[in-house]
Amino acid sequence: MSPLYQVLTPEGELVQDIKGQLDQETMIKMYENMALVRLFDRKSINLQRQGRMGTYAPFEGQEASQVGSAMALTPGDWLFPTYRDHAAAIVHGQSMARVFLYWMGHMEGSISPKNLNIMPPCVPIATQMVHAVGTAWASKLQNEKHVSLAYFGDGATSEGDFHEALNFAGVFKTPTVFFCQNNGFAISVPFSQQSASKTIAQRAAAYDIPGVRVDGNDIFAVWLTMKKAVERALAGEGPTLIEAITFRYGAHTTADDPKKYRDQETLSEEWRQERDPLQRLRMYLEKQGLWDETKESEFIATAGAKIDAALAEAESYPKSRPEDMFKHVYAEPTWMATEQESELVKPAKQEGIPA
Amino acid sequence: MKRKLTMIQAITEAMDQKMAEDSRVMLLGEDVGVNGGVFRATENLLQKYGSDRVVDTPLAEAGIIGAAIGLAMNGLIPVVEIQFLAFIYPGFEQIVSHAARMRYRTRGQYHVPMVIRTPYGAGIRGPELHSESVETFFAHVPGLKVVAPSTPYDAKGLLIAAMEDPDPVIFLEPTKLYRAFKEEVPEELYRVPIGKAKVVREGTDLSIFAWGAMLRVADEAAKQIEREQGVSCEVIDLRTIYPLDRDAIVESVKKTGRAIVVHEAHKTAGMGAEIISIINDEALIYLKAPVKRITGFDVPVPQFSIEDDYLPTPGRVMSGIMETFTY
Repeated sequence: MSPLYQVLTPEGELVQDIKGQLDQETMIKMYENMALVRLFDRKSINLQRQGRMGTYAPFEGQEASQVGSAMALTPGDWLFPTYRDHAAAIVHGQSMARVFLYWMGHMEGSISPKNLNIMPPCVPIATQMVHAVGTAWASKLQNEKHVSLAYFGDGATSEGDFHEALNFAGVFKTPTVFFCQNNGFAISVPFSQQSASKTIAQRAAAYDIPGVRVDGNDIFAVWLTMKKAVERALAGEGPTLIEAITFRYGAHTTADDPKKYRDQETLSEEWRQERDPLQRLRMYLEKQGLWDETKESEFIATAGAKIDAALAEAESYPKSRPEDMFKHVYAEPTWMATEQESELVKPAKQEGIPA
Repeated sequence: MKRKLTMIQAITEAMDQKMAEDSRVMLLGEDVGVNGGVFRATENLLQKYGSDRVVDTPLAEAGIIGAAIGLAMNGLIPVVEIQFLAFIYPGFEQIVSHAARMRYRTRGQYHVPMVIRTPYGAGIRGPELHSESVETFFAHVPGLKVVAPSTPYDAKGLLIAAMEDPDPVIFLEPTKLYRAFKEEVPEELYRVPIGKAKVVREGTDLSIFAWGAMLRVADEAAKQIEREQGVSCEVIDLRTIYPLDRDAIVESVKKTGRAIVVHEAHKTAGMGAEIISIINDEALIYLKAPVKRITGFDVPVPQFSIEDDYLPTPGRVMSGIMETFTY
């Protein structure tokens, strides 16, 4: 089994010297991003429970993987998230209001900010991986120095599209980074039952691309690994497969009960106590004198206010109109859509049946 | 002297000329490069445009179509070749869940200007799963356009229009007609608009709607029945399966009062049902008899020893026509 790359231990200690690779400002930003998205995630679950939001896919526990990887991108890069990667999207520049909107069932929640390429959350498993090969391939053919980053989970590695994406990316040396958050479960199925291979990273060997196994709760390790993958991609050396070992503390979605398939309380408690991504960075920052209780409470208050503002923005967003469903199906609407739209908006006939 | 081309030559020329004109156009698929495609549709294009623009891909339809979606979203115009329509199934999810929906999901921010070309239809003595005609799968999915030419002239003009279309186009090439005949094809780049049918033969007593290889069968039946029974049939090549040219359908039925749809796809939920529905909506009171469908059967397309028995023939079409007159 390939070794697990770790830089920052759960106790907040560096296991290797990273001088010159990661500045203090970035470290603080990492912590702030992770703390912000954790609050966002908890808020979202509450909103779902209050009936103000639809089914939601929580990511708590996976902040280091998502934040660390997305922070290694630059604005022209392409980000392909799944339905669990809103933390990555937010860090790359998606507004929290849009993410709320998406989960509130508005189609406009998928719109990427201008000049950024943040794709809508991909619902089918592994299918977005080949798109990330395509956009990266186009970047390469058009001599644009951008990478495409595709997120996916451990379950996705069983899909054909995972293999086709890695194979294509290897053959055409596309600047794609494949980032797997192996959180141990594909809804209810544990990785041991998902795959006979011990790791996901080892699959890279089959396509002759680098495969790296990294502690997904160690944001330094994630970020440094991503940086290297991005540099490699931009240097024309092709794709990288990153397997980040992490865990989702909560359910697959708010409609799922994880107690049915795992010892939820014990497992989540263990990960929280022993491997939490925020805790370990906070301990490290505190030891360096870069963070303290005052900073923490100030930051939490500001972040909470930002989230509330985003929520207010999302909740005051104009109500979708039924006719919006007819927009953007084609560049020019077809006659069918035009007629069906007028059928939808005209009042139903009330006259009785003639005698 | 005007030059004449086969359909496959017309298709090659359409791609060649578009590639010369627009550097964003690229071809990808299995065997499209060195081999020039299993039907030679991309012959010599690799030599002309290089391996960045004519790409022999790994054998993986989801990979090809999925990568093409990304290429299209990021500024290129990929033209994908899938060797046979039934080989498209591994890439089906990419077509219906992504190519068709990207514009919608992103509220117009990203779109997928790609063409998926694929030979389709029976009558070429192909092995199992080389002869399917499942255009309905794609016509049912909002966001896709579905085109099926029946002549070399239309094939070139429609394919150029497809490559210029901002939406994904499924371009179905009737395998049986690839080299069946030649016709005059202009040398310049020209467009045959998507969504417009063509009256192939004017007539007064009955309308026949068809596309792809069935157009020839319909036309043959029309000629024969005129000769034998003096029935004047109007033959209409729909050319585009989605969106259908409603006006052409309705106008003709209003004139003739009788109609037949001929397609080689399976009968149930085939496009014939949709065309009849349009006629019911718009021209019911003009009808003198129910509209008949002459189609392939609701069975897998059989292997070639009985393939001809599956396909509509001029004889079956003529029987259908007579039934509408004796109703």
